[in-house]
Amino acid sequence: MRKHFPLRGGVLQRAYGWVRAVDGVSFDVYPTETLGIVGESGCGKSTLARLLLRLIEPDAGSLTFGGEDVRGASRPRMKRLRRDMQLVFQDPYASLNPRLTMEDAVAFSLLVHGTPRGEARELARALLGRVGLDPRLYGRRYSHELSGGQRQRVNIARALVLDPKLLVLDEPVSALDKSVQAQVLNLLQDLKVERALTYVFISHDLNVIEYVSSRVLVMYLGEVVEAGTADALAQSPKHPYTQALFASAPSMDPDRRMDRPPLAGDPPNAIDPPSGCRFRTRCAFAMPRCGDAPPPLRPVGATHEVACYLYEADAAEVARRR
Amino acid sequence: MAIATALPHELEPVAGAPMSYWRTVAWRLAHDRMTLVAGSALALIVLSAVLAPWLAPYDPNAGSIRLRLAPVGAPAHILGTDEQGRDMLSRLLWGGRMTLVAALTPVLIGFVLGTGLGVLAGYVGGLTNTLVMRTMDIFYAFPAVLLAIAISGALGPGLPNTLISLSIVFVPRVVRVAESATVQVKGLEYIAAARASGAGVGAIMRHHLFANVLGPILVFASTQVSLSIILAAGLSFLGLGVTPPAAEWGLMLNTLRQSIYVNAVVPALPGLAIFVTSMAFNLLSDGLRDAMEIRA
Repeated sequence: MRKHFPLRGGVLQRAYGWVRAVDGVSFDVYPTETLGIVGESGCGKSTLARLLLRLIEPDAGSLTFGGEDVRGASRPRMKRLRRDMQLVFQDPYASLNPRLTMEDAVAFSLLVHGTPRGEARELARALLGRVGLDPRLYGRRYSHELSGGQRQRVNIARALVLDPKLLVLDEPVSALDKSVQAQVLNLLQDLKVERALTYVFISHDLNVIEYVSSRVLVMYLGEVVEAGTADALAQSPKHPYTQALFASAPSMDPDRRMDRPPLAGDPPNAIDPPSGCRFRTRCAFAMPRCGDAPPPLRPVGATHEVACYLYEADAAEVARRR
Repeated sequence: MAIATALPHELEPVAGAPMSYWRTVAWRLAHDRMTLVAGSALALIVLSAVLAPWLAPYDPNAGSIRLRLAPVGAPAHILGTDEQGRDMLSRLLWGGRMTLVAALTPVLIGFVLGTGLGVLAGYVGGLTNTLVMRTMDIFYAFPAVLLAIAISGALGPGLPNTLISLSIVFVPRVVRVAESATVQVKGLEYIAAARASGAGVGAIMRHHLFANVLGPILVFASTQVSLSIILAAGLSFLGLGVTPPAAEWGLMLNTLRQSIYVNAVVPALPGLAIFVTSMAFNLLSDGLRDAMEIRA
């Protein structure tokens, strides 16, 4: 899948450049798994989330949900499909309409799909209770009367009210305090089991990703550089970028603290990314050939894929054994 | 213990939690003394204008050569008479009718048309936005007074032409406010959430957009009323608005200004009426802005 944003300017709004936000990302999500997507800010995670829900249209690529083509779905078909896939947003402040009470905010999606008002409100109140907010206390309140954690619970309730199969969580806990993060993560885990949900969990926080995910994609500048089970990635991160990500998580052991960050500088500009492997400008192992062509994502283990020329031998070995 | 079982929100006596938004706004307005004073003054002015035919002691256009420029407090004419000997009180009451119609209608038209165009431009974006907003910029490039005079001058004097020229002044102003409010709200995640739930453009506009942009637009429009009063009066003063002998505050100010050396108080009365009315509108819109603010 691909999404390039045009940079427009001037009176005629002509595009003079493209931000390559998501470039050639391809993956499957299996029922009832949690797929974690991790990467620095600006690597295209949120764009990917919006592409998955077709809130923005991709420039190229396909999107299939349960065997059904999402990209080509007609308007009524799309409306029905939307019941099955929902999004939880990052910013608990911007994601709730300040003029709606919490029960109305949750019930809105049901009204859109034709549920009678009384029944919708009843369902909304029940769901508010399920996410840990007493509807008698919070149902008639407005978002500015709630804390960040409470708002995020309302967001989750709103996403769940249509009884979706897939939930895309775009940094659902990044804006919350550590203690509240844990509560919300646990709530998400409980709901997942209870309702047999499938999660696509997007975060920049490796600890959170490791905690919730069964499989993980590592993104860098709009591309997937490594993919594998959470265990495989944690035990033997292959791509130099993934290694740097793991190494930059602060250690609790004072003797193991580092003097220098393993990854310096900012990612290059997505308007004009480096040729070949996009990570080569910050990579300690960069070779001349890294600039020639981007390395393809190739399996280096049963459940592990990496896009790096350092693992050519491993990839060839895996390919030979198959 | 009975006390401990009470739910926390039942212990909150303030206007906080379970009140609908507009009821909270009304509650705040009713507890704001300045707004109450301004609102009452305005209600009085509007009421006296509406009831002018019954309240006015004389025909506003019937003059008397013998009784010209009677001072305030003259027998039978409490507020004196003007340069043609017409009763000032009657003319001020009747003039309020004309002035309020000439001032409020353009703002109302500007509010309705401007909100529609601005929300459309902001929500649709792209070429529509460029077309609408650049057209508005052309009007916006002229100072309000100059634009009103130019259009009125081209159309000729009279109340309908005044309404048209003033509406053209106010539409672009409201469009700008409506467009920027819409663009800001459109980018928020709750709009994306509503789209993700499958809501169509109409439902999103009704439930999520209008409720959040109408407040700022309403407040802005109310601040424009005082400007509109002054512009309407100004056009009449220049002879481009309401035509004599009809009573209108700006026109009265114009015809009375030569008499200011004979009697200084009577010519100031229409000016005082304009001042008080526009001040009351300004204070009311201030109160409205404060009351409609969302407080955490």
